[in-house]
Amino acid sequence: MEKLTVGRAIAAGLRKKLADDPTVYLLGEDICDPYGGAFRITRGLSSEFPGRLINAPISEAGVVGVATGMALRGLRPVVEMMFGDFIALAADQLINHAAKFSWMYNGAVSVPLVVRAPMGGRRGYGPTHSQSLERMLLSTPGLRIVAPTPRHDAAALIGAAIDDSNPVVFIEGKLLYAAEQATVSEHYDIAHTHPPYPAAVLNNAAGEQPNVTVVTYGPMLPVVEEAMTAAFNEDEVACEILAPSEIGPLDTALIGESVARTGRLIVAEEGPRSWGWAAEVVARVVERWGDRLVARPVRVAGRDLPLPTARPLEDHVLPGVETVRGAVEKVMLQ
Amino acid sequence: MAICAKIDTYEQMYLIRAFEERIAELFSRGELFGTTHPCIGQEATAVGVVTTLEPTDVVTSTHRGHGHFLAWTGDVQGLMAEIMGRATGVCAGRGGSQHLYAENFYTNGITGGMGAVGTGMALAEKQRASGNIVCSFIGDGALAQGILHEAMNMASLWDAPILYALENNLYAMSTHVRDTLAGGIVPRAGALAIESATVESDDVFDVIAAAEQAVEYVRENSRPYLLELRTYRFCGHSINDERAYRTREEEDEWQRRDPLARLAGALAETERRAIEGRCRARIERAIAAARNAPVQDLGDIGKGLWKS
Ligand SMILES: Cc1ncc(C[n+]2csc(CCOP(=O)(O)OP(=O)(O)O)c2C)c(N)n1
Ligand SMILES: [Mg+2]
Repeated sequence: MEKLTVGRAIAAGLRKKLADDPTVYLLGEDICDPYGGAFRITRGLSSEFPGRLINAPISEAGVVGVATGMALRGLRPVVEMMFGDFIALAADQLINHAAKFSWMYNGAVSVPLVVRAPMGGRRGYGPTHSQSLERMLLSTPGLRIVAPTPRHDAAALIGAAIDDSNPVVFIEGKLLYAAEQATVSEHYDIAHTHPPYPAAVLNNAAGEQPNVTVVTYGPMLPVVEEAMTAAFNEDEVACEILAPSEIGPLDTALIGESVARTGRLIVAEEGPRSWGWAAEVVARVVERWGDRLVARPVRVAGRDLPLPTARPLEDHVLPGVETVRGAVEKVMLQ
Repeated sequence: MAICAKIDTYEQMYLIRAFEERIAELFSRGELFGTTHPCIGQEATAVGVVTTLEPTDVVTSTHRGHGHFLAWTGDVQGLMAEIMGRATGVCAGRGGSQHLYAENFYTNGITGGMGAVGTGMALAEKQRASGNIVCSFIGDGALAQGILHEAMNMASLWDAPILYALENNLYAMSTHVRDTLAGGIVPRAGALAIESATVESDDVFDVIAAAEQAVEYVRENSRPYLLELRTYRFCGHSINDERAYRTREEEDEWQRRDPLARLAGALAETERRAIEGRCRARIERAIAAARNAPVQDLGDIGKGLWKS
């Protein structure tokens, strides 16, 4: 059987929504056949659903604006950003339009818009095609930011995003497109919290008390898993890994509960260290559960640099397995 | 022209003029908070275009949207209360002057942005085969926004039934259109294979005739159309503008072309006075009602941010 990758799962979710809901439309650059999108996620869909996929001109702002208008008038458009970095061009339409309408019109309208954004590095695409720009949108109330991992059902998540009455930016780690989606693991017990945007909870303490809580999302999860498996095997550090799929707005309760049990917190993300998602998670935990911490929380993140193209340089800037191992050492030694 | 059409049109235009003048007074007396962009002098473009639309059509507008809003809804109370920040306002005081909503009517304060949103709305109406069209008001200044070029390109490619009603009042804030716009307005439409026309708004019935043609074209062909409406705002850009960037002579020249005065001249004195009295009374009632209305309950301030 062909393995189910995150990319294929997203495609399956899109296919299901196209089949079930005639108001769903896909817009994006080069998404139609025979090309099927820069990452081939939509390949086949324009042939299967004639008229429902629209190849857009290279107008990221315009397309998101047009899709917002479609959403305001009863359709459920899904925009594919060719690269997530290009979402910067659509920032005004997301921040000042899509995210505002419902609230500023006192709840009179809904904007069921999805913008899919392939984010993240490790594929050698360089400074303008590898970033994790979700942080730029996380501070806008009214935008939901959702990020699948291989431990989520990405088809269900994209389906939930399309059914959502709010604008959703769907963060697709580029590296995850080829990663196998599996909700069982030989190293971790995996559970999921409340749908439709569950957090994946991975635990390798085998019924014992885990020593540390590690919070992460999107394409950092496989890196964290690998590091924590090694930490368990070599140093007997048992952990609970929490990977929310809804990274904004963030429900911190699950994280707080876990930290209250472990007393130790690592938060890992791929984007630059400063002003990031991890900073917000750490701040919230310290504010509410600070007295339960037995060690200072540690952030794992990229360096505050643009992303280089050459592999050794990119490896140096992005947080890897060793960076996470370093964080574990730091938090366990205290 | 039937006399009843003249009366009706005059009443709508006068209502807008009197409303805007009263808003300016309330501002100067410190009763209002923030800013506003009056459309004094531009009543003929608002009323003239909106009159030609069906109630199920869709309108998007801009920071300078009171005239469009009143022409569309006639809801003096809802607009006044909104500008006065009250719970009874059309957006409960959240949006204020620049961010207005009514059924099938949407404004936002980002120059040019609603041109793209309106284009998407038009595509949705087309997809739903509703027969409705969208009218997006934009300004001459907005034409410098790249997103409008993007949106009009898509509207033409994808046959969006949208009328871009471009109010060319010669200025974007203090900057004359000759300093912001290379080439011409109508040629831009031509380059995108979009039909277009230009109309002077001295006579509101010229505007109506041009808009009727445009609306019919958009509806019949499911195609975009750009209508350049030549107009002038007699007031400052916002409440805080001494208009130092233009001459009084220029203003006087445009004042002599005032479409409201022109239409007033076609009405009998008693008729005109009756209309004006009615409008002013409506406005005063709206002010009184808003003064007595509460602001939105602070416990409700988060409502509508997330829709279930
Ligand atoms: C994106 C953006 N840039 C700048 C402004 C500030 N601004 C408000 S109105 C305006 C001028 C708009 O001119 P025009 O489109 O001609 O409309 P008019 O004011 O003449 O009705 C500007 C620059 C804004 N609201 N949005
Ligand atoms: Mg102007």
